[in-house]
Amino acid sequence: MSINSAPVDAHGHDHGQEAHEAAHAHGTLKSYLIGFGLSVVLTAIPFWLVMGDVLGNKQATGLVIMAFAAVQIVVHMIYFLHMTTSAEQGWTMMALIFTIVMVVIALAGSLWVMHHLTTNMMPAHDMIRR
Amino acid sequence: MSVAVATPQAAEPVFHVVDEHAHPEGASTMLGFWIYLMSDCLIFAILFATYGVLGGNYAAGPAPKDLFDLKLVALNTAMLLMSSITYGFAMLTMEKRQVGATQMWLAITGLFGLAFLGIELYEFHHMIHEGATPQRSAFLSSFFTLVGTHGLHVTFGIIWLVTLMTQVARSGLIEANRRRLMCLSMFWHFLDVVWIGVFTFVYLLGTLR
Repeated sequence: MSINSAPVDAHGHDHGQEAHEAAHAHGTLKSYLIGFGLSVVLTAIPFWLVMGDVLGNKQATGLVIMAFAAVQIVVHMIYFLHMTTSAEQGWTMMALIFTIVMVVIALAGSLWVMHHLTTNMMPAHDMIRR
Repeated sequence: MSVAVATPQAAEPVFHVVDEHAHPEGASTMLGFWIYLMSDCLIFAILFATYGVLGGNYAAGPAPKDLFDLKLVALNTAMLLMSSITYGFAMLTMEKRQVGATQMWLAITGLFGLAFLGIELYEFHHMIHEGATPQRSAFLSSFFTLVGTHGLHVTFGIIWLVTLMTQVARSGLIEANRRRLMCLSMFWHFLDVVWIGVFTFVYLLGTLR
């Protein structure tokens, strides 16, 4: 009984898995085109802001283009990398969240610590920087 | 039958089959490859942090404003974006099992990738020609390490792409080749995500500085 049912089970499962993977792993023409259109807009605006000096304020321009980068990364994740909370039973999302935590610690920590080191230990840095 | 169900020894294999269903070959490849990409993400995060720390130290040498040509970077970015959508088309035709169309879109993706690399190498050559070598300042060391590592990833992506095109030409869009193409798809789109960070933090914010 078990010998007979095993291949049937595996076979049926096989097809289900394939259909399931195809549903979330590829996306559709529409989703690719939406993603492409969004990323073109989200790329063009920051370049335009910097090259044309539209805002006339460096700090504001910097913040705006960083916000655009963050949005564009999310757009790429959804439309090109097909990230969903259900993909691979949520394990890809778990790995992503873990990585983001590590990246934020590494980036924010390095910049914060090293900024204080430079300002406190290199009084001549104004001469080195231009 | 009822006897077989009643005795635990006969029932056990049935439970075993239901619980431990057969996994098709390569079922966990996508998750494994995703975790590899996340480790790659950490490498780039450290290189971004290094650039963030060192990127302002010019050692009286050239600054980003003197070196970067944003029109060239915009063109470069367009190449990578185009290669992303054409790889998407390759995946869609692969799903429909159209070997010829898949090969064509893969080839177009490779050409956009080569165009990106060509523009980047031209930029590097131009900078080095002007004396802005990696040895010149901490800013340039971290710049060449970060952008160069991304360029190396694209180079290996193109080698991988050509390898897979050969594989598809030899044995068609078999299950294994489709799995490989899906891995490369993730790799390629991931490189595009990293490039968003590069053009924003290195080129655009560098020019603003």
